[in-house]
Amino acid sequence: MSGALIRASDLSVRHAGADQPVLSHIDLRIDPAEIVTVVGPNGSGKSTLVRALLGQVKLASGRVERLAGLRIGYVPQRVHIERAMPMTVRRFLSLPLRVSDAQAAAVLERTGVPGLEGRQIAALSGGQFQRVLLARALLNHPQLLVLDEPTQGLDQPGIIAFYKLIEEVRAETGAAVLMVSHDLLVVMRASDRVICLNGHICCEGTPQVVSAAPAYRALFGAESQGTLALYRHHHDHDHDHVADHVHGPDCAHHHHA
Amino acid sequence: MLDDFMTRALLAGLGLVLATGPLGSFVVWRRMAYFGDSTSHAAILGVALSFAFAMPFYLGTGLVAVAMALAVAWLTGRGQGMDTVLGVIAHSALAVGLLAASFIPALRVNLDAFLFGDILAVSKGDLGWIWGGAVVVLGVLIWRWQRLVTASVNEELALASGIDPGVERLILSLTVAITVAIAIRIVGALLISAMLIVPAAAARAIAKTPEQMAGSATLIGALSVMGGLWASLRLDTPAGPSIVAISAVFYVVFLTLYRK
Ligand SMILES: Nc1ncnc2c1ncn2[C@@H]1O[C@H](COP(=O)(O)OP(=O)(O)O)[C@@H](O)[C@H]1O
Ligand SMILES: [Mg+2]
Repeated sequence: MSGALIRASDLSVRHAGADQPVLSHIDLRIDPAEIVTVVGPNGSGKSTLVRALLGQVKLASGRVERLAGLRIGYVPQRVHIERAMPMTVRRFLSLPLRVSDAQAAAVLERTGVPGLEGRQIAALSGGQFQRVLLARALLNHPQLLVLDEPTQGLDQPGIIAFYKLIEEVRAETGAAVLMVSHDLLVVMRASDRVICLNGHICCEGTPQVVSAAPAYRALFGAESQGTLALYRHHHDHDHDHVADHVHGPDCAHHHHA
Repeated sequence: MLDDFMTRALLAGLGLVLATGPLGSFVVWRRMAYFGDSTSHAAILGVALSFAFAMPFYLGTGLVAVAMALAVAWLTGRGQGMDTVLGVIAHSALAVGLLAASFIPALRVNLDAFLFGDILAVSKGDLGWIWGGAVVVLGVLIWRWQRLVTASVNEELALASGIDPGVERLILSLTVAITVAIAIRIVGALLISAMLIVPAAAARAIAKTPEQMAGSATLIGALSVMGGLWASLRLDTPAGPSIVAISAVFYVVFLTLYRK
């Protein structure tokens, strides 16, 4: 049982002013070198889970244990960089710890954006920016990479290339990867383990197990429907009245007339 | 050498821009312009208190400015909107300061010097306060540089690197407060935030990194001080406004030449 990089037991989080907990009774562990992907509708608490595991939000209950001295490379969901600040890619990589030119060049090469050092961050495309964020996260030789929706704003080929890159990095460095994603089709191919989240863990396991699970199908529709199903679910959420909307034990939604 | 009023004025201005160049860059990056403005208006209350209690006005304005920075940090930490908190505290302080000034005859005749600055009248004692304050501000900024820049780029990235963005924010507020106290004699309460913002905004157009921007802002500030003093001597213009006006010329020229 030991050897986990991070382990959460009975983790619950309640945001200030909210009467419902965002996350309730989550048990979770991440082992070295595995790729774990968290999927779930918008607002299901994925980012909150990630931040709770990193120790950035207060827990209402439960505990999170991190391996002593665990090195984490983190790419948050929304990284907005103020345009008022001039910032080259090279300078950005040296925040907050200074790295050598050679290290910077190597890590940019590794993430598929070689030679970008002199460019302004604000002038990068979405895909280039995500790769630069990943490069920065790789600089301190992380044992765990935490990526919150790293493929947002990328087109389909971009998404597939990004996941391929993540798998290569894992193979080379042995880093574990915890990722939040909306790209169900790619997730199912690229992950060792999938966690399906909707305030609590609906189901988890290998992609095969999860995609066959009734809870997963109830949450997303058939896998083949991919992001379309996700959209529908979200749409339902917006128009639901809280009172009409309860979770069954299997995470399906029961609507009362 | 320090016996010449022009030399003292030049040294005072150059001391000030050592602090306002780098600090002004943070003010621009973090959109703290309104904070700078409010703090300098509130400083008028500090001037009044200094006269009332016969203490060096650098101390009085410094204390009021620091108290305001702490009060703003405390209130916004309790969910109050930043704009509103600043507006209420700063303008109340300004109003009370002006009221108090009207009861202090010595200040009544001198009030203009604090609203508009009087760089040509700085004494050797003023130089000590100004350079002392500027060195402290610059020292703190250099000491925390990497952390301050990271927190200004993105608070969540900073947090993940073990940096507390709240601490860095408070440090910047306090350095702004110190800068207000040393600048009030030079450019006056009304133009302090211009000294922070205008050179930094001009530097933005030509800089590629945060360090280049901080350095260029300092240089632009220094050239503006020299130009402003020259204009004041030759054309008999008011010194503080001349300094700011020359910075504004830099801003317009750089923006047109280097528009990206
Ligand atoms: N700092 C916060 N304060 C209050 N509520 C929050 C905060 N952050 C997130 N929430 C709420 O918690 C829920 C989960 O958010 P989040 O973890 O970002 O979901 P996801 O990443 O799955 O889209 C949402 O309903 C969101 O509005
Ligand atoms: Mg999220």
